[in-house]
Amino acid sequence: MKKPDIKIPKRTFIEHLQDSFRPEKLPTDDRGRMRMVLDNLIFHIHPPKIPERTLRWTYTWGLGGISAVLFGVLVVTGLLLEMNYTPSPPQAYLDVIDLRTDIWFGDLIRNLHHWSGNFMVVVVTLHLLRVFFTGSYRPPRQFNWIIGMAMLLLVLAANFTGYLLPWDQLAFWAITVGTSLISYIPVAGPFISRMLLGGPEVGSQTLLSFYSMHISFIPIALVMLMSFHSWKIRKDGGGLSIPKGLEEGEMTEVKKVTTIPHLVRRELVCTVTVLAILFVWSALVSAPLEGIANPDVSPNPAKAPWYFMGLQELLLHFHPLIGAIIIPGIALVALLLLPFYDSDDQSTGIYFRSRKGRYMTIMAVVWAVVLVPLWIILDEFVFFWTEWLPGWSPLISNGLIPLGIVLLALFILDRVSKHWLDSNYEERILTLFSFLFVSLVILTIIGIFFRGPGMNLYWPWNMPSAHPV
Amino acid sequence: MVEETYQDENISDDGDKKVTRRNFLGMIWIGLGGIAALELGGMVLAYMKPRLAEGDFGSILTVGPIDDFPPGSVTPVTNGKFYLSRLKDGGFLAIYQKCTHLGCSVPFVQTEGKFICPCHNSQFDDTGELLNPPAPRPLDLFPVLIEDGIVKVDTGKIISRNHFDPSQVVYA
Ligand code: FES
Repeated sequence: MKKPDIKIPKRTFIEHLQDSFRPEKLPTDDRGRMRMVLDNLIFHIHPPKIPERTLRWTYTWGLGGISAVLFGVLVVTGLLLEMNYTPSPPQAYLDVIDLRTDIWFGDLIRNLHHWSGNFMVVVVTLHLLRVFFTGSYRPPRQFNWIIGMAMLLLVLAANFTGYLLPWDQLAFWAITVGTSLISYIPVAGPFISRMLLGGPEVGSQTLLSFYSMHISFIPIALVMLMSFHSWKIRKDGGGLSIPKGLEEGEMTEVKKVTTIPHLVRRELVCTVTVLAILFVWSALVSAPLEGIANPDVSPNPAKAPWYFMGLQELLLHFHPLIGAIIIPGIALVALLLLPFYDSDDQSTGIYFRSRKGRYMTIMAVVWAVVLVPLWIILDEFVFFWTEWLPGWSPLISNGLIPLGIVLLALFILDRVSKHWLDSNYEERILTLFSFLFVSLVILTIIGIFFRGPGMNLYWPWNMPSAHPV
Repeated sequence: MVEETYQDENISDDGDKKVTRRNFLGMIWIGLGGIAALELGGMVLAYMKPRLAEGDFGSILTVGPIDDFPPGSVTPVTNGKFYLSRLKDGGFLAIYQKCTHLGCSVPFVQTEGKFICPCHNSQFDDTGELLNPPAPRPLDLFPVLIEDGIVKVDTGKIISRNHFDPSQVVYA
């Protein structure tokens, strides 16, 4: 028997390569567009079709995509910066000065890197909020929530290691204060901090190891988790959670549209907008740089990087073991396990769960805005636990007692929302989360803008300028 | 679809788990893997162990003859990152400048006669004892060695303490 005569067109290597990135002809029908997504190296992180509703800007705000764009900018500018940087004091600092004065566009590239990194912390946090408030962490997406949390920690680690690299006073003392928190971990703390710093203090060894982590391990881990994260979006429930209105019940028919052009077009618009804003911002606002690091003179005040200022503010009110380890540790674990104790997906896709939920969120914000500053002022001027309880271990007088009061307050708030305001289980979780998140934001704001020399409270417009003693 | 019943060969008929040769070897492999992982982890830790340079912070520093430090004085020794405090009774303490709160360098304010941390206002007296939190404990010490009237300080050993105690003071 003769074999049927099938012609396989001969293609060159270049053609194969081209095909993986773009087809010879752009498809004009839906079938072709879906094929293109499936066959294409870059596009295939998307499903060929997506539910139309998930395209709404006001649902996702494009936050995941924006962080990916920022990551891209960070990789490119990071590579350029690396080529002009020696991770060893004092040359590191001199190299940064060179960037600003001697190298074409050096300052712009440094600013782009600095601002993308800082915006990234903001954007991924907003992304976490979006996922929380729409309930999108619930099964089947629970594993992606955990990957997301891991990426959040990596983003913070990337920022923190990068913070040291300019080797100026700001960097040196922020990292000193930040790493000192670690030594309060019971038992292993001092050992871990010594390993991390490569000695008892921040020094040249610290700079070198932070640099290596910053340019290799952390970004590689992030790339891997990012791919995992977007692949899981396709796999779990076939895309993002679908937005729903308040009164909408079970969704039976989900209208789908092709990824090309609907999603891809939006992604392009988003990318271009982010890049434009980033460039303008970086051209106008310079990344801070102070004098070269001097290990003998601490500036007054010495502040941690801004995203850890909430933590540092906590430390002014609690014994370090409670403020730096126990409270953040519990919060982190509670957040990580969220999909396992709040897994009913009835309200998934509805912003703030329900009408009651919206009301409770506003309530929680108001409570936090009133109670947190009140607590800070009381603790600063009225409560003097250590003086009232002389001879008690500070772990109790300055740790467990205030912690007890805070927990009691949280408990009362929860009772109020349950019995007086009649919230159900998921609305109570929502209320507590909103309260705690807004508290963190307020603590951070107070730490950044209201703390001056000696970590005393000042009005931002009366702030004495920081001078080394 | 046909349901297939699957008989686990490692479970004997009366339901007990039995150790077959196959899964015994499997266990050994896992054990060996665990040991190898521990060894590799140990290697990495040893590799990362901080190194110290001679004559620098971290080694034994010669500070000077006893008589250079009058009783009741606190003298900064910058290359050793500590203050040599000579108490009124003539005893010596080498006080590490790193704040026990969050690691700022604590200057000795001569006019007030105490250490005041610029970062969060912890205060310590001339023995390093805690006067004012948030720091949780007194400033750390380095061992002081006095040989032939010369004060030496071993900056490689950090002594942390919960309270000042006269036994910490070194006399000539
Ligand atoms: S670091 Fe000295 S008081 Fe905080």
